[in-house]
Amino acid sequence: MSTAAKPRLAVYKFASCDGCQLSLLDCEDELLAVAGAVEIAYFVEARRQTLAGPYDITLVEGSVTTEEEIERIKEVRRQSRFLVAIGACATAGGIQSLRNWIDVNDYVNTVYATPEYIDTLATSKPISDYVEVDFELRGCPISKYQLLELVTSLLIGRLPHLPSHSVCQECKARGTVCVTVAQGIPCLGPVTLGGCWAICPAFNRGCYGCFGPVEDGNPIALGEQFMALGQTGAQVSRAFRGFNGYAPVFRQASEYFEDK
Amino acid sequence: MMTEKNINVDYLARVEGEGALRIHIKDDQVTDVQLNIFEPPRFFEAFLHGRSFDEVVDITARICGICPVAYQMSAAHALEKALGVTPPPGVRELRRLLYCGEWIESHALHVYMLHAPDYLGYESAISMAANPELLPVVQRALRMKKVGNALMTVIGGREIHPVSVCVGGFYGAPRLSALKALLPELKWGMGAAIDTVRWATTLDYPEFEVDYEFVSLSHPDEYPFNEGAILSSTGLTVPVEDYDQHYIEEHVAHSNALHSRRVETGSIYLVGPLARFNLNFDRLSPTVQGLAQEIDLELPVRNPFCSLIVRSLEMVQAFEEAIQLIEDYQEPHPSRAELPNPIPAGEGVHATEAPRGLLFHRYKVDENGLITFARIVPPTAQNLPRIEGDLWEYVPGVVGLPLEDATLRCEQLVRCYDPCISCATHFLKLDIVRE
Repeated sequence: MSTAAKPRLAVYKFASCDGCQLSLLDCEDELLAVAGAVEIAYFVEARRQTLAGPYDITLVEGSVTTEEEIERIKEVRRQSRFLVAIGACATAGGIQSLRNWIDVNDYVNTVYATPEYIDTLATSKPISDYVEVDFELRGCPISKYQLLELVTSLLIGRLPHLPSHSVCQECKARGTVCVTVAQGIPCLGPVTLGGCWAICPAFNRGCYGCFGPVEDGNPIALGEQFMALGQTGAQVSRAFRGFNGYAPVFRQASEYFEDK
Repeated sequence: MMTEKNINVDYLARVEGEGALRIHIKDDQVTDVQLNIFEPPRFFEAFLHGRSFDEVVDITARICGICPVAYQMSAAHALEKALGVTPPPGVRELRRLLYCGEWIESHALHVYMLHAPDYLGYESAISMAANPELLPVVQRALRMKKVGNALMTVIGGREIHPVSVCVGGFYGAPRLSALKALLPELKWGMGAAIDTVRWATTLDYPEFEVDYEFVSLSHPDEYPFNEGAILSSTGLTVPVEDYDQHYIEEHVAHSNALHSRRVETGSIYLVGPLARFNLNFDRLSPTVQGLAQEIDLELPVRNPFCSLIVRSLEMVQAFEEAIQLIEDYQEPHPSRAELPNPIPAGEGVHATEAPRGLLFHRYKVDENGLITFARIVPPTAQNLPRIEGDLWEYVPGVVGLPLEDATLRCEQLVRCYDPCISCATHFLKLDIVRE
């Protein structure tokens, strides 16, 4: 990165809840240090001043759901040296990707009395379906510690250290008794990427997959296990079809169990 | 002579979500005001159909990353009514404590980082922090916000989209020791919130009053968070179950959000901190009432800009209540009610007070536990017509200013509402057309 001027950071929003960009403002102890290390050039939720690109690091929250967003993400890509998709919406399409399995016009008619006013695509898809993405931070929401690690690593020119293990390992690390083994509670932990510090089992419930599929997980085998515990195929299908439901292996699993 | 000018600000900053504001002025007369919400729709009410009742709390949280607890609260209460379930003792208090955390986090963010820069002549809290005189103010804001987040994290596992709330109570309740560990910072926060109120009175508020119809929950014994009837300053009180007979949403062409109105009168109304405060002042703690007297706050507060002071006073309330709730805390055993088996078909309605105002949910559940109907009315959808109404009244007073100043003043007014456009689907591009 340029040494003459401070590296420039941008934050862009697509279809989302704002929670992942809020994670940056939730870094209460580090925010002013971040603002000192980079020039926050574009972050509309936090500041009125906006500076035109190009940007060194661009964080992109949200999924692509309109024609306008397709054009906008292409322009953001052109302006960005490193484009980082943050959160389940940007990396997998988010909960709004549930529309991808149905006729979106049914949804428009349900929510809006005058559907012809609404402009939307039939699908909600991740950023990487439209442009090349350099890094992805998973999670619904992302981990602010991973966000800081990613920005730090890019600033000093090394690769970020991000987890590649499953939620199960985090339960073991924090000493949580397995909720599936001990209580028969269906838990997506074995097939879900860690990074949340396994909070759901620590609160005595099953993981619901916020960080999306872990590499080399076997969702179908896990789903069969849920059925052995007494769940219906529809229940198993819904479990996979959540905040990361359109991520390929969760999508396949949700479709596999839909009619079981 | 006719003159024409356009100002385009790509979209309004320091609000949550995406939209535009278009004001049309002809010969110094306002001829049109439109809040154009261009945040794309996400269709929550539609894709809840066919989902299980026990997924709704987590799904609706994703409507808003700033006020997920509000969605979790309204949803959990509504579905408990649908299923005929009463949460065990202790759950009510723990939910109120969780909500205190969200109010603190959301109000601290808005008061200092989204709203205050307008009054101090800065474009952001980040720029404020570069001024050594204002740096301690920004540091205080961040520390207050962090306390609110810490409270939510202890109760819910994380501050954004907490994981512990369920229909019937909590999947798991925090240990007393974990909550007690927060007390020193909460007590600091209580003092900081009082300092915030006094600091807020030093800001310069535009002279502007509106004859609002205020609407908020109202509870006989407490400041409204989770329970109460829906009270209007016109005197109408209705149970939450009857809300959507009296208040309706309309779809307008320039917005991806729905707009709310009173059915009988067609009138637009205001929800949020001003409404809550004016309608429930005598149920605020003696500390908060005393502070309001100390700063000579005249009731009812009808100046939307003074919402900054009211949010600060509500933070005092939230800190004080949080401290008391923790000091009285007994870990609930069990932390959740047993649910009926099989699940009975039913309908449930509830409203709670999100940081931005009344948040209404209605659900129908079938005998398989699946959602067959969902209606969600967020506070910002109710306030959108009111914001436009304010602008109609406010713009003539600033129309003589240079356009850049007039634009900033209009943005400032919109930010008074702390609009959450992701909630309302959602906000802003300011485009003043002058002819």
